[in-house]
Amino acid sequence: MSEPLLTVEELCVCLGEERHVAVEDLSLELRAEERVALLGPSGCGKTTTLRAIAGFEPVRGGRISFEGRVQSDAGGVRVPAHRRGMGYVFQEFALFPHLSVEENVGFGLRKQSRADATKRIAEMLRLTGLEGLEARRPFELSGGQQQRVALARALAPSPRLLLLDEPFSSLDPNLRGTTRRHTERVLTSVGATALLVTHDRDEAMSFADRLIVMRAGRAEQAGTPEELYAAPRSAFVAEFLGAANFVEGEATGQSARTALGEVPLRVPASGTVSLCLRPESLELVVEGGAPARVVEREYHGASCIYGVEGEGFQVAVLAVGDAPFRKGDAVGVRVRAPAVVLEG
Amino acid sequence: MGPLGSIARTALWVASCLVVAAACLPGFYLLLRAGEVDARAWEVFFGGRTLELLGSTLSLAFAVTLAATLIALPLAWLTTLSDLPGRRAFTVLLCLPLAVPSFIHGYALLAAFGDGGLLDGWGAPRPRIYGFWGATFALTFSTFPFSFLAFRAALLRQDGSLLEAARSLGASPFEAFARVTLPQLLQAFRASGLLVAFYVLSDFGAVSLLQYDTFSRAIYLQLEGAFDRSLAALWSLGLMALAVLALGGSWFFGGAEGPTHAGRASRRPRRAHLGGHAVWGFAAVLGTLAAGVGVPVGVIVLWLTRAADRWDFERFWTAAVNSLWISLLAALVTVLCTLPLAWLSARRASSPLVRVLERAAYASYALPPIVVALSLVSFGIRAAPFLYGTFVLLVAAHVVRFAPQALGASRGAFLQLSPRLTEAGNSLGGSGLDVARLVAWPLLRPGLVAGGALVFLTTMKELPATLLLAPIGFSTLATQIWSATAEGYFAEAALPSLLLIALSSASVAFTLHREDSAGVGATG
Repeated sequence: MSEPLLTVEELCVCLGEERHVAVEDLSLELRAEERVALLGPSGCGKTTTLRAIAGFEPVRGGRISFEGRVQSDAGGVRVPAHRRGMGYVFQEFALFPHLSVEENVGFGLRKQSRADATKRIAEMLRLTGLEGLEARRPFELSGGQQQRVALARALAPSPRLLLLDEPFSSLDPNLRGTTRRHTERVLTSVGATALLVTHDRDEAMSFADRLIVMRAGRAEQAGTPEELYAAPRSAFVAEFLGAANFVEGEATGQSARTALGEVPLRVPASGTVSLCLRPESLELVVEGGAPARVVEREYHGASCIYGVEGEGFQVAVLAVGDAPFRKGDAVGVRVRAPAVVLEG
Repeated sequence: MGPLGSIARTALWVASCLVVAAACLPGFYLLLRAGEVDARAWEVFFGGRTLELLGSTLSLAFAVTLAATLIALPLAWLTTLSDLPGRRAFTVLLCLPLAVPSFIHGYALLAAFGDGGLLDGWGAPRPRIYGFWGATFALTFSTFPFSFLAFRAALLRQDGSLLEAARSLGASPFEAFARVTLPQLLQAFRASGLLVAFYVLSDFGAVSLLQYDTFSRAIYLQLEGAFDRSLAALWSLGLMALAVLALGGSWFFGGAEGPTHAGRASRRPRRAHLGGHAVWGFAAVLGTLAAGVGVPVGVIVLWLTRAADRWDFERFWTAAVNSLWISLLAALVTVLCTLPLAWLSARRASSPLVRVLERAAYASYALPPIVVALSLVSFGIRAAPFLYGTFVLLVAAHVVRFAPQALGASRGAFLQLSPRLTEAGNSLGGSGLDVARLVAWPLLRPGLVAGGALVFLTTMKELPATLLLAPIGFSTLATQIWSATAEGYFAEAALPSLLLIALSSASVAFTLHREDSAGVGATG
């Protein structure tokens, strides 16, 4: 395996006048052409991590290395932000209000010859579909267009790493999907390595090859989206990546005794355990299963989510296709897939 | 649709048009007047004297704008982007010089350094305060807060992530400042610089006391001495053109900036750590305060104590009472006159006619006071001799000058009063009168009172129109300061000056408070 492009080791960052700890003991690695997302609720330190990597925040402890060179460590910022060769896309885009689209995109091309810069600007505008808007000012653009200018501007100097700070969150919700897919296409076509910060799980899971879920300044769990969804290590990760049911049980090797009956386990365990079951791992049946009653019914057309209550449990069940049960119906709950044993 | 009948609506339109027409009258009247001036006056107008006045007026405007910028920019940076202790309090204090009218600066300079002033007779060398340098000093320290506030706003508005964006694109800190911060400050510089220039062009008090010949002073002398109103009218036209250019330019550049980015939250730039250099920061702030407020107040207090036995309380009392009632009257009439247009511009904002009327009303603000006064003098003598020398013309001059101030406040008040609220009052069984008394008036009152207070306090400081239009023998605090200073009776001007500064401080605090609640002056 090749050397990682970016290495963050035991990073610690403090913020504000009170020097409160925003990021603690965070480690991550990023390889060339990989896309990684830092995912977590607001205030978990994900943006601070990104800013430290870019060189905007000084580091209290740990080390940030890029292409084998130390960028920041406890001794201070070793390489200033403008010499790091990293592109940054800001949450609010931070387009220069006094410059046109063309001038914004060309801002980082000062060191190139005029002819090269002009060519590169045209190329970036074509890539991001901004032809015809060259002379516009940022405030004359729609939110989606501004996002594309921000992307084109950051990519124009060919950065070896692109840092994206919630690049879709200030957009209209119905614009986010298309803009995200467009951004993915652009990044793939230039083979960019990208680190994305977001609080939106759909965005993170569809965008990234790997996820790092952060909580209160620390990395809670890292892995591919599929791994994290299927085998969350904690209730926090499980809930952050999707709907989850939690039940307590007595594990005896391959299975555990719970209020839902005997439940198979993904990994053998013993003793009192906390289990996570996704709504699609359960099903409602007319006969058999753990007896329960439907208390809620949320019909979505292609699927239906039932809230059911039984002796010692209350769970959500996802049914695809038919949704024959009504509120108040007596049903049985059956477990279709093995449960995840949570740590701690 | 509100409870207004069609007759009432027509009346509103007619009243609005009449008020705006009155506001534009001085400008139009001057144009008409210029059309009938005889050949001799034109000859004089195109002679060397006009060129001389143009040169002295513009060089004063240029010098003051430059000096105000040089003072304001570092102070704005200190109070926004550095960690200077006490920067919040300093921000408020640095706006206080606005409370010292330019003619009181002129008075203070004369009373300290002029013939018969505090330093006269000590044998000490006195700085030359008559003419260009004195006028530059007086006007710089009464106008630099406009630049200060504009630079502050520009620096605060600056999104810190813009600088970071520049850094991430390979720009060094210096390059980022030059390519991102400076271009944005340039806009504030153009807007505030032209505003300062406009105030210099309009100023009458300081230049006339310090005997520096600008258009304003020359027009006044022409009227008082030679009584040649033709030449004065032509000069007024020239001055009006300059003032319109300056204020129009200021509005153009002030409004030219679009929103800085799509979103809401912006990142504050990091504050610069001053450390030991904070001493220089304190020196800059305190030195400016000393020159802008300390000198005038100090001189006044010295004269008060020095001539305690020579106070003429009776004259002071008469002037104070005169100032009070004429200002109250002007405030009341001005607010009443702006009500119809304020209602229209709040409720019929999309109508093109309303927008034209609004622009025209605000444009009358660009008329220098001496121009308004001259135009009403000529108009009074020729068209309405029975009004000339009465309070009617004086109040009319105040209304024309200060209507834009009141219009803004009244319009804001009507915007607060949503038609849904009066409808709610009606639906709950209230009659038209009940709704007006119980819903509309309580909601409108603060805005109308605010507008009136602003006009009241500005009228208290008004000088040229009062000098030219007031009935003979009518003196106000401002005219008393002016005439006493002109004649060298510095002791007599001290008490009225102190009272005016105190009143103006109230108006500055009041304006700042309004801007603060509008989010302009807010700091973190």
